[in-house]
Amino acid sequence: MGGPFATAFSLIASGDPALMQIIGLSLRVTLTAVLMACAVGLPLGAALALARFPGRGAVIVVFNALMGLPPVVAGLIVYLMLSRSGPFGSLALLFTPTAMIIAQTLLILPIVISLTRSVVEDLWAEYREQLLSLGAGRLRAVPTLLWDGRVSLLTGVLAGFGRASAEVGAVLIVGGNIAGHTRTMTTAITLETARGQLGLAVALGIILLTLTLTLNAIAWGAGQWARGRLG
Amino acid sequence: MKIARDIAPPILPLSLEDMGYAVGGKTLLSGITLRIEAGQRLVVMGANGAGKSLFLRLCHGLIDPTQGRRRWASDEARAEAQAMVFQRPVLLRRSVAANLDYPLALKGLPRAARRETVARTLDRFGLNDLAERPARLLSGGEQQRLALARAWAMRPQVLFLDEPSSALDPSATRIIEEMVAQFSDEGITIVMTTHDLGQARRLAAQVAFLHRGRLIEHRPAAEFFAGPEAAEARAFLAGDLIW
Repeated sequence: MGGPFATAFSLIASGDPALMQIIGLSLRVTLTAVLMACAVGLPLGAALALARFPGRGAVIVVFNALMGLPPVVAGLIVYLMLSRSGPFGSLALLFTPTAMIIAQTLLILPIVISLTRSVVEDLWAEYREQLLSLGAGRLRAVPTLLWDGRVSLLTGVLAGFGRASAEVGAVLIVGGNIAGHTRTMTTAITLETARGQLGLAVALGIILLTLTLTLNAIAWGAGQWARGRLG
Repeated sequence: MKIARDIAPPILPLSLEDMGYAVGGKTLLSGITLRIEAGQRLVVMGANGAGKSLFLRLCHGLIDPTQGRRRWASDEARAEAQAMVFQRPVLLRRSVAANLDYPLALKGLPRAARRETVARTLDRFGLNDLAERPARLLSGGEQQRLALARAWAMRPQVLFLDEPSSALDPSATRIIEEMVAQFSDEGITIVMTTHDLGQARRLAAQVAFLHRGRLIEHRPAAEFFAGPEAAEARAFLAGDLIW
């Protein structure tokens, strides 16, 4: 048991360039995906909370269900879209970090949309009359509600980050786990474990855990601080 | 912008013509015919469930009548120069000053005019010390004071108040009543509901008495309190004496 851990710590301590490259790519892919999912999901989720249209219930159910979309299925969908014979084959995006970002965005989007909808819907029930009275229509209410729900929304965004940073299936299928190009922490752990090279796998595992822990600690702290500060 | 608002056409009187409201086949309010003139201080009274809150929401334009008409003198569908204070004020999760600024920004006032109005409002209501405090962390009384200040900053011609002090202690209630009286003195038309008879006596110039969704009495307050015509209103006032 000492073997892989010793290797892991020496890899981390020495700042192994291959290790750093993998970490960098993982962060880049996941953070970009979170950002894109938020840019689309926050306004869309809020709009879904305020809009009334036939079939709204079905849309909500679909997005709720998609929160559990298996990453390999998301990967498969993006793979089919981007493969040579697919509709976007000509863009030659398959096995690039961009393809991985697209797949992860697809995975996180339902989480952001559903959580935003639920948070904004609750707020709207409380704020509706007052906002209408002050002169804000439904459309104008969207940014106000998103801003007032910012602390709760952070949880949703974090859940999205957690899902993206932890998953292997989607990035493996559309990225291909090419060393130095599309290898992320999770795909590297899968590969190195299969090869029996546990040192790198453990090192990456430690870093991934630490990262998730740190981020959650920051978010929790920020939430506590904001609750005390903003009421 | 400011000048334009100063010479804004008067929105009052507000004419309610046979106004009613039904939802799901159930009539909650019906046959309300009433004129609310500029400068009035009208207190809407009635038992729980008589339709007082609904009446205010219909007047304010939060909902539309399902029968009859609501007509502003300015012929706007929903007059802009009005404001409403709710039983439980909804304050935004931002500072006191930012809460005052919010509706002004919605009205499209330029930044400089907004800053000046916010400063003047903070000053007038003694909120300067609280300006940067998060509004949600104020006490109940302070929150309602801020809600009234926010309404005032919108320069309404008519202010609707729905049981504005029913969740407050006596000293906070007194402050709220003083503010309402001052607004009235400044020429803002007041339409408020209350179930507190003492408050109604202190503030009302006119009384509208609702019973089971109908307006059964509408008279000057002095006459009403001296002896209402309707049996239900008499019973309501008598209940006050017993309790």
